[in-house]
Amino acid sequence: MKLSYNWLRELVPVTASPKDYIADMTMSGSKVETLDYLGAEIENVVVGRVTAMEHHPDATKLWICRIDVGGERDLQIVTGAQNVSVGDIVPVALDNSKLPGGVEIHTGELRGVKSEGMLCSHQELGLTSHDIPDAPEHGILLLNNTAEYGELTPGQDIRPVLGFDDYCVDFEITPNRPDCLSVIGLARESAATYDMSFTPATPKVHGGAGKLDEFLNVTVEEPELCPRYAARLVRNVRIAPSPKWMRDKLRAMGVRPINNIVDITNYVMLEYGQPMHAFDYACLTDSRIVVRRAGRDEAFRTLDDQERKLTENMLVIADGSKPVAVAGVMGGANSEITENTRNVVFESANFSGVSIRLTARALGMRTESSGRFEKGLDPRNVGPALERACELVELLGAGDVCDGVIDVDHSDPEPRRLTLDAARVNRFLGIDVPEETMKRYLRNLSFGVDGNTVTVPSWRSDVEQFADLAEEVARFYGYDKIPTTLFAGAAPYHRSEKIAFEDSLRTICAGLGCDEIQTYSFVSEKVFDKLNLPADDPKRRVLTIINPLSEDMRVMRTTAIPSMLEVLARNANMKNARARLFELSSTYEPKLREDGTPDNTQLPTERCVLTLGMFGDGDFFTLKSLVDGIARALRLPELRYTAQTENPAFHPGRTADVYAGETYLGTLGQVHPRVAEAFGLPVEGYIAALPVQALMEVRGGIVQYKALPRFPGCTRDLAVVCDESIPVAVLEDAIRAGVGPLLESVKLFDIYRSEALGADKKSVAFSLLLRDPARTLKDTDADAATEKAVAELAKIGAKLRT
Amino acid sequence: MREALEKIRSDALAAIAGARETSELEALRVRYSGKKGELTAILKMMGKLSAEERPKMGQLANEVRAALEDAFQSRAKELADRAMEQKLRAETIDVTVPAPEAPVGHLHPLTIVTREIRSIFEAMGFETVEGPEVETDYYNFEALNTPKNHPARDVQDTLYFSDSMLLRTQTSSVQARTMENRRPPIRIIAPGRVYRSDAVDATHSPLFHQIEGLLVDEGVTMADLKGALGVFAKGLFGEQTAVRFRPHHFPFTEPSAEMDVSCFACGGKGCRFCKGEGWIEILGCGMVHPNVLRGCGIDPEKYSGFAFGMGVERVALLRYKIDDMRLLYENDVRFLEQF
Repeated sequence: MKLSYNWLRELVPVTASPKDYIADMTMSGSKVETLDYLGAEIENVVVGRVTAMEHHPDATKLWICRIDVGGERDLQIVTGAQNVSVGDIVPVALDNSKLPGGVEIHTGELRGVKSEGMLCSHQELGLTSHDIPDAPEHGILLLNNTAEYGELTPGQDIRPVLGFDDYCVDFEITPNRPDCLSVIGLARESAATYDMSFTPATPKVHGGAGKLDEFLNVTVEEPELCPRYAARLVRNVRIAPSPKWMRDKLRAMGVRPINNIVDITNYVMLEYGQPMHAFDYACLTDSRIVVRRAGRDEAFRTLDDQERKLTENMLVIADGSKPVAVAGVMGGANSEITENTRNVVFESANFSGVSIRLTARALGMRTESSGRFEKGLDPRNVGPALERACELVELLGAGDVCDGVIDVDHSDPEPRRLTLDAARVNRFLGIDVPEETMKRYLRNLSFGVDGNTVTVPSWRSDVEQFADLAEEVARFYGYDKIPTTLFAGAAPYHRSEKIAFEDSLRTICAGLGCDEIQTYSFVSEKVFDKLNLPADDPKRRVLTIINPLSEDMRVMRTTAIPSMLEVLARNANMKNARARLFELSSTYEPKLREDGTPDNTQLPTERCVLTLGMFGDGDFFTLKSLVDGIARALRLPELRYTAQTENPAFHPGRTADVYAGETYLGTLGQVHPRVAEAFGLPVEGYIAALPVQALMEVRGGIVQYKALPRFPGCTRDLAVVCDESIPVAVLEDAIRAGVGPLLESVKLFDIYRSEALGADKKSVAFSLLLRDPARTLKDTDADAATEKAVAELAKIGAKLRT
Repeated sequence: MREALEKIRSDALAAIAGARETSELEALRVRYSGKKGELTAILKMMGKLSAEERPKMGQLANEVRAALEDAFQSRAKELADRAMEQKLRAETIDVTVPAPEAPVGHLHPLTIVTREIRSIFEAMGFETVEGPEVETDYYNFEALNTPKNHPARDVQDTLYFSDSMLLRTQTSSVQARTMENRRPPIRIIAPGRVYRSDAVDATHSPLFHQIEGLLVDEGVTMADLKGALGVFAKGLFGEQTAVRFRPHHFPFTEPSAEMDVSCFACGGKGCRFCKGEGWIEILGCGMVHPNVLRGCGIDPEKYSGFAFGMGVERVALLRYKIDDMRLLYENDVRFLEQF
């Protein structure tokens, strides 16, 4: 909401500088976004009077003017304008002056004749023909009209003359305070900020142009959607530009002047916050106004010349035969005020905010008017605003106002009453403010105060209960004066195992050299094709956003692998040599309807998954070592890896499922080259996906210390030759089975292939550590145990290498 | 015999002093002091001396033996020291040769900031909790005093799955969930992802992170709100940080405020960083709205509380002087490894 600082000061005697004013208002709850001086771009431009003129000797179209700018001598200024005469009052940009758009004017020469500045057109001063209707299209702005500009003195600053000596204060008005979308509302807040009260003047209308009832009939068919509808008639309208004072104010508030009637509706909307509408009376069939719902698919051309299709959910203002306005949103082209308008109906009404909001949204047109109605306006404001419009008509001589008002009022006139409990307010805020002071704050805001009963002004529908009164007290006492205390109570402490576990996972992964990433939770549906997933893969069952920002953010991910692949690809394509990444993120698994489709009304299961991803930093076994490292850090039981050849997203020969006991912990492996290609990853990529829930279930609990071994162990090395197809894990299992409890650990230390061994054969060497916890292990016992291992190995076709 | 002993002494000491290797020294020890050594051989002849001579010679022999032993020991140490010195010299490396990189991972800046904020509140007894990101309209709006068609809903462009299910626009949704399940005293913070229909640019992202806080108990005041958040601001931005509370509006708090902290670039004098204001907006807060308490079955006549919410990205951008929010989600390792 923009506010002219000059207009405000006509209503409230604020003495603060604009800069202090915006700080004070911000601290009392009306946050100021920007403060602009309207004349900021104009410097050194003054009023001048033309004292003499002669033709330029070398240019027939140029004039050499003598200009009195209040100095010791007249200036010599050359102009090409043809509308200037001796005696004219004109704006003069002096030497070293500035004009809007960053233009600078200096003394110079025009065709050999010295020119000590420039006479300005209204465009050069940043004005349009809307701002100054009588300004010539081509030529210098003449300021001769004393009715508009007053008696001007040569040399005086041009800015006050043209309404530039004002500040535009732009407030951020929160949705609970539509009353502050008005000069009067902000004047009230401003007055209260400086501990003053403010009462707006009551408009006075003389009327006398006949009885309204004889001209107009109003019916409200939808009192729910239109709690109040008021109208007055102005006859013998004389459409003309508004006076300068009104145009200047409108311009300062960011509104373009049009003509007196339209300007009055805008002026009242700005001043009172009540949107107004003006109809051409001649266009109203049967001289009737009917507030009704639109017919289905009823067509209507709005003021902006757009054809709109209406629905039964929309409220319209109609005459005896057709809609003439979409209520509270925009008027119709069919009843627009024109040059030829003779009689005008002013509408001041109150509409249901919800209805206006839905209508404006359905039509895709948010107007100044609908934006206000949406927030819920005060039905009591309808009358004064209408009176003010008619008062202005009379003041401007824009027409003759009929006697009487049509006012169809279904609104509840009863104000809300609350009890002020000063002690409780003090307790709640942690302050100690006397009750009388609280009452003064409230009175400044036009609350009625009678004993402890507070009557809430009709425009403050946001004030409903105790806490709202407390806020008013806090605002005007000053938030900064509220003391600072620390709450003493204690709360029982719970600890979320899941959050603590996720914290530790992040720390562990970073400790293993992985960088953490954060990616969007929504993806494109296309990622499932890129992942090579079959058409019936359950991961394709996703929740779909109805109003996504783009195709790439349409569905909630059921796997975090695509996001990781995108990040790997981006890094590889940025020519980063390597990346070792992890993400701890949610996947969103929809609940299913009976037919198996995702149910978009039931909350999905949000599962946290740990995704590792890397390229340029090793191979499958590097990734496996990370998974092992995580397992060791979490004190998981021994992991078991089995080849995973079926997962379509992964390399069939370089992928494993990992288990702890019977619990599936995840899948890791090289990304299938086709999948890598689909994601634009130009190098081998490796990914592991580990559901956090599973890790959490199998992690070690509180450590139960095991005594350190008191007796030495002994090592035995063992090399066997077997078929390539036998996995190392199977050989290890055989060794474990053979040695039994004496085996402390078995470690692979070599795999060897050679022609001598034969094709499809490998030699695998292990180092066994054996220990008896109760005594020193004898060599013979160790040998015997190793023999058993050899025997077990032989059973699966692995022969001791000789 | 005396002459023989003196000769052994002088010969042996000279030989020991001249020994170049530990093995040479060992050979000398065998030659002179060993079981079959020269000194031993002479001592064996002691029995042939007169009773008068014997003690004198005995004393001399012991002196010689002790002298040799000292000499052996000190020479051995000298040789060992010299050998060590040579070994160390031989082992000298160029310490300026770059080392292989130890694997150091980096937490995401959003995680770092979230942890810092959490740790401050956890120290004040707030427990970290979570809520779902895919949320019902009820918890995201209705329970927070923001019924359908409330104008405040316009401020937050929401992503929907259906009329009743959406992506939460604020972690405040966790407030109502917590208050429904627990009775006061309540002290929680809820970090997490929130979503709005904002196109991606340098200062907007359709997905960002918030941390919500809530304290409900008997006798909680607005002064307590200011106190707790003041502690937080100093904890996060440093002891010198000043805070300022400005009235604002949120549907689910009353009174509501926005909290600014003194600009950490200029200390509050006003600079480009704080757009000349000296203050930087950090969070929204307020006293829990009585309608919200009531809706969760908590009696607003008996209990009061405060709530606050802040954007993690905003804090991260300010703290690390990151000028483009997109960097946080592009995950370029050259960015990540700076943290």
